[in-house]
Amino acid sequence: MVQDYSHRHSVLQTKNLSIGYSGRQSVTVGADISFELQEGELIGLVGANGIGKSTLLRTLTGMQPELNGSILLKGKELSQYSSLELAQQLSVVLTEAPSSKNLTVMELVSLGRQPYTNWMGALSTSDKKAVQQALINTETKTLAHRKCFELSDGQLQRVAIARALAQDTPLIVLDEPTTHLDLYHRAYILKLLRQLAKETDKTVLFSTHEIDLAIQLTDKMIVMTEDVTYFSDPCDLIEKGRFDSLFPKETIDFDKQTGRFSIKK
Amino acid sequence: MGSVAIPLEAVLQSLFGGEVEKESWRFIITEYRLPKAITAIIAGGGLAIAGLLMQTLFRNPLAGPFVLGLSSGASLGVAILILGAGAFGGYFSTLLLNEWSLVIASAFGSFLVLLAVLAVTFRVKDTMAILIIGLMFGSVTSAVVAVLSYFSKAEQLQQYIFWSFGSLGDVSWSGLGILSFCFLIGLLLALYQSKSLNALLLGENYAKSMGIRMKRTTFVIILATSILAGGITAFAGPIAFVGLAVPHLTRQYFNTSNHLVLIPAVLLSGSILMLVCDTVAQWPFHEFTLPINAITSLIGAPVVIWLLVRKRKLLF
Repeated sequence: MVQDYSHRHSVLQTKNLSIGYSGRQSVTVGADISFELQEGELIGLVGANGIGKSTLLRTLTGMQPELNGSILLKGKELSQYSSLELAQQLSVVLTEAPSSKNLTVMELVSLGRQPYTNWMGALSTSDKKAVQQALINTETKTLAHRKCFELSDGQLQRVAIARALAQDTPLIVLDEPTTHLDLYHRAYILKLLRQLAKETDKTVLFSTHEIDLAIQLTDKMIVMTEDVTYFSDPCDLIEKGRFDSLFPKETIDFDKQTGRFSIKK
Repeated sequence: MGSVAIPLEAVLQSLFGGEVEKESWRFIITEYRLPKAITAIIAGGGLAIAGLLMQTLFRNPLAGPFVLGLSSGASLGVAILILGAGAFGGYFSTLLLNEWSLVIASAFGSFLVLLAVLAVTFRVKDTMAILIIGLMFGSVTSAVVAVLSYFSKAEQLQQYIFWSFGSLGDVSWSGLGILSFCFLIGLLLALYQSKSLNALLLGENYAKSMGIRMKRTTFVIILATSILAGGITAFAGPIAFVGLAVPHLTRQYFNTSNHLVLIPAVLLSGSILMLVCDTVAQWPFHEFTLPINAITSLIGAPVVIWLLVRKRKLLF
């Protein structure tokens, strides 16, 4: 693995991380996962269904404890953060839609400011500014007074990203932000994420099944396979043939030249 | 009992300490009508707030103040008191059935269910599981009540059924003091949780990611609901539909999901609706008073159906 300690700052770092479920029957989903995510990077997490992408994301966002190894967020152990401190460092976009579809877009995005507001949740001038900026960045300003049940899936996903942006955290983690979307919106959302990472210098980590798109757009990728988890930039991963072992060879083949998967007939 | 026509002038005079034509009018106003009106305001507002809290906590538009099984707990307490009194013999039954015994029995019943639900809250991670467990508590207590009813005498059964009709008029000034206290505590807890309630509109995981401590929040919301619904049920009996329907009605007129606005709004609508229901129950110039529980259902159920037909979906 290429270690790069240049001028950029590390945001999220794992060392020999094991993930899974402890309890009566301990299940290890992934072991020996090590990577380091820098400021302003867009990172894609790929792997087959059921390989543990969601478990990894849940572990990295503190929703589930790690089995072994360490997770450093901005140089501090993840488990050492209080829930409020963590909310100021890390925001998430989940696969679940907001429970209440009766919220307006404005209300939903404003909820992202909760880690900074008082007990009543009143928005200060700077809170309102952050909300406006998030709406502008995601091109959702025209939707601001619409209710969530009036939005399409693509619009709703942009609004969910706007909420995470309003939370103004150095790290944003998205769980499969492109599911249920058509090709245009998948490309649109991933382009938007790349743009956000570059313009706001935030670290954006997302899991996806769009490996082709991720190879073209991301700075680094985390590739989860049955035994090993690889981390590098997409070109390096292609060269070393890391995508070859992603899916069973008899069904799907990876073409190194084009960076695409093809179905074997 | 029944209706008595009192001129408006005499009502105002008795409220503000003037001379009243008949002393009985003053007595009716200050000792009966005024506490009843205040009870209606507290019961309507409190149940509506409890309903709002449950709908947001469980993110279910059909949740109401009694989904946790509180009213079943209260029913069980009262059922054991009234229906079981026969079994203890004559001496006990006169001792047990004084003014406060019903209140204490129903408060005790809902308090036991509350403890059980809170114990479950600490053990179960999933909020939806709490909802289902609450419903199960409800089924079990209803079944026990049914068994008790089966073995009871007709007059005891009648007494129990009268309690289950609900009544806003049986609360004395001293009882009203305790009821107001419960109401105030519940209201303050609800307002204090309004920020967390707003976050919960996005779902539990999102709420956690925004710094909300879920266990503590769930605990406080359930505590507030129990104090409100348990207290009101203890004094006024189980009153149906207000807690379910009023939050939905209020959302039609207040275009916001912010609980800091919704809680006072729901309180206001609930009080007004309950006063209207009470006026209908106490139909002027007639010799009878209708059971309040029947009136709230008669008004509440069509409202919910109307909302569903018009909106096709109950949003919360």
